[in-house]
Amino acid sequence: MVTVLQARTRGMTLMRMPLTVWGIFTATVMALLAFPALFVGAVMMLLDRLLGTSFFMPSLVEMGQHLQHSGGSPILFQHLFWFFGHPEVYIVALPAFGIVSDLISTHARRNIFGYRMMVWAIVAIGALSFVVWAHHMYVSGMNPYFGFFFATTTLIIAIPTAIKVYNWLLTLWHGDIHLTVPMLFALAFIVTFLNGGLTGLFLGNVVVDVPLSDTMFVVAHFHMVMGVAPIMVIFGGIYHWYPKITGRMLNEALGRFHFWVTFLGAYAVFFPMHYLGLLGMPRRYPEIGETSFVPDSAATLNAFISVAALAVGFAQMVFLFNLIWSLSRGRQAGGNPWNATTLEWQTPETPPGHGNWGKELPVVYRWAYDYSVPGAERDFVPQNQPPARRATWEAAP
Amino acid sequence: MSVILLFLAVLATIAGWWLSKQRLTAKPWLEEGAIGDFPGGGASALPAAKIGLGVFLAVAGSLLALFVSAYAMRMHMAQDWRPLPEPKLLWLNTGVLVVSSIALHRALLAARRGRMDGVMANLLAGGGSAVVFLAGQILAWRQMAASGYVPASNPADAFFYLITAVHGLHLLGGLVALARAIAKAWPGVATDQLRLSVELCAMYWHFLLLVWLGLFGMLLLT
Repeated sequence: MVTVLQARTRGMTLMRMPLTVWGIFTATVMALLAFPALFVGAVMMLLDRLLGTSFFMPSLVEMGQHLQHSGGSPILFQHLFWFFGHPEVYIVALPAFGIVSDLISTHARRNIFGYRMMVWAIVAIGALSFVVWAHHMYVSGMNPYFGFFFATTTLIIAIPTAIKVYNWLLTLWHGDIHLTVPMLFALAFIVTFLNGGLTGLFLGNVVVDVPLSDTMFVVAHFHMVMGVAPIMVIFGGIYHWYPKITGRMLNEALGRFHFWVTFLGAYAVFFPMHYLGLLGMPRRYPEIGETSFVPDSAATLNAFISVAALAVGFAQMVFLFNLIWSLSRGRQAGGNPWNATTLEWQTPETPPGHGNWGKELPVVYRWAYDYSVPGAERDFVPQNQPPARRATWEAAP
Repeated sequence: MSVILLFLAVLATIAGWWLSKQRLTAKPWLEEGAIGDFPGGGASALPAAKIGLGVFLAVAGSLLALFVSAYAMRMHMAQDWRPLPEPKLLWLNTGVLVVSSIALHRALLAARRGRMDGVMANLLAGGGSAVVFLAGQILAWRQMAASGYVPASNPADAFFYLITAVHGLHLLGGLVALARAIAKAWPGVATDQLRLSVELCAMYWHFLLLVWLGLFGMLLLT
C-alpha cells in the first residue's frame, strides 16, 4: 500500500495507473482493515477452547456432560467472521477485476472503456463491501430488521459491479480481438462472473435466501462468483505475464487444451449444483439418505459432477507440465510479445534484472491504455514514450 | 459492530479527503506529457516510514475497535455479565503510562533542537516507565486472579484479561522500536534518521496512551 502511495515513478499519477494496480491497491487497504476481524474472532475462539471462557460458547451438553460454558453467543462469532468474510470476497475479486481490465484492453487492442468509472467503481465496491456482511446471516437468528438493511446495501453494490461488466463489454465492442489464451480466460471470467453475480441477486434478497440457505445453490453461486471467476483471471494473468517472468512463451496448444477443459469442466461441475440446490439438496452432507424431496437422479448428477471435477483436475496437471516444460523449451518471447503499453513490458531486460530498470527509472508520460491511437506509428504507445510533439522539438537543433 | 463502523467511517473520511486531492476526475487519456504539466497526484512529502506507521495505526486501531465492538455486543447478549471491580493499581499504571508518553514527547522536542543528552535521557525514561507500566499490569492481573476473577469465571473478566493483554503486547512491540531508536542515539550524534525514529516512537506511544485511556474508561464504566 505504501509502495503505491510513495514509491510511484515520476509521472505515474494515480489516474495513470493500470487498473491492475488500482485493484491490488484497494484490495490491500481492505485486507488491512478486514483481517483484524478474523483475528479477533480467532483469538476469542481460541480462548474459549483453551481457557474455558464463554465468548461464543453457549451452554452445551456434549456426550451427556454439561460443559462449563454458558451464555456465549455464536451469532457474535458470525458477526466477527463475516465482517472479515465479506470484504474478503472483494479482496479476491478486486485484483481480478483490475487484471481482467488490462487483459481485455491489451488483447482487444483498444483503450479501456470508462477508465475513470472503473477506478471509482473499484473504490466504491471496496467501501461498500464493509457494510454488507450480515447478508450471510439472514437465517442466523439475528434481528430480522437487519435483513432489510443488508439486503439493500447488497443490492446497491451490484451497481458499481454492473458498471464494470458493461465497461468490459464496451471495451470489446469494435475491438481488434485476439483470441489468445489470456484473452480466452478473460472472456471466460466475464461470463462466469456474470453468472455468479446474477445468482447473487437471488441470494441477496431475504425472502429468496431463506429457502435456499445451506443448499447446493449457495455452493454453486459461491464457486461461480468467487471460485471459478477469479481463478480464470489468475490463469489469464499467468499466461499473460509468464513471458515477462521467464522470457519464454507458454505452449499455445497446451494452453488452449487447458482453457477449454477447465472452462467447460468448471461449468459441468457447478452449473448442475444450482438445480440440486433448487431441489432442496443441502450442502455439507457426505450422504443424504432417504428424503421425500431429493430424487435418486440427484445422486446420478452428483456422480457426473465428480467425474467432471476429475477431468478439470487432470487439465491442471497439463497446465503444470506446460509451466515447467516451457521454462526451457518455450518459444523465445522477447521483451513485449503482446505489444502492451504498461511499464513492466518496457524493461531493458527480460526477465527483468534486480530493480527492474537498471540505473535510470522510467518516466511516465501517458495513461496505461493508449492502444490503436489514431495517427500513431504502431497500435500501442508505451507509457514511458515521450509525447510526439516534444520528441520532434527536442530532435530539432 | 457500531464501534468498528464508526471507526471505519473516520478512516473513510480521511481516505475520502486524500482521494479528493488526487484529481480522480482527471481525464488521463487527454493528458499526455511530463508530470510538471499537471498539478497534484505526486507522492506525499512525508517520509514513507511515517505513512507506514500511520497505516499501521489504522490497522491496530481497527483491531482494538473490533475488540471493543465484541465487548459491547457480548455485554447484552446474555444475562450473565457481572461487572468486575477494577484494581486500584490500574490508576497508578495509567499515571506511569502518561509519564512514559510525556518522556517520549520531551525526547522528540530535544531531538528537534539537536540536544542529544536530552534525547537519550528521555528515551531511557520513556522506555523504563513503559516497562514499569507492563509490570504493573501483570501485578494487576495477579491481584485479580488472587481474588478469584479468572478468565473462565465471567465474560467481563475474560474481556478484562484479553483487552489488557492486547494493549500490553502492542506496547511490548513498541519497546523493540524504542530499543532501536536508543541504539541509534547511542553515538550521541543528531541525525535526520534519529529524529525520524524518535518521532515515530512518540507517535506510537501517544496512540497507545489514547487507546489505553479509552479502554480503561470503558472498563470503569461497564
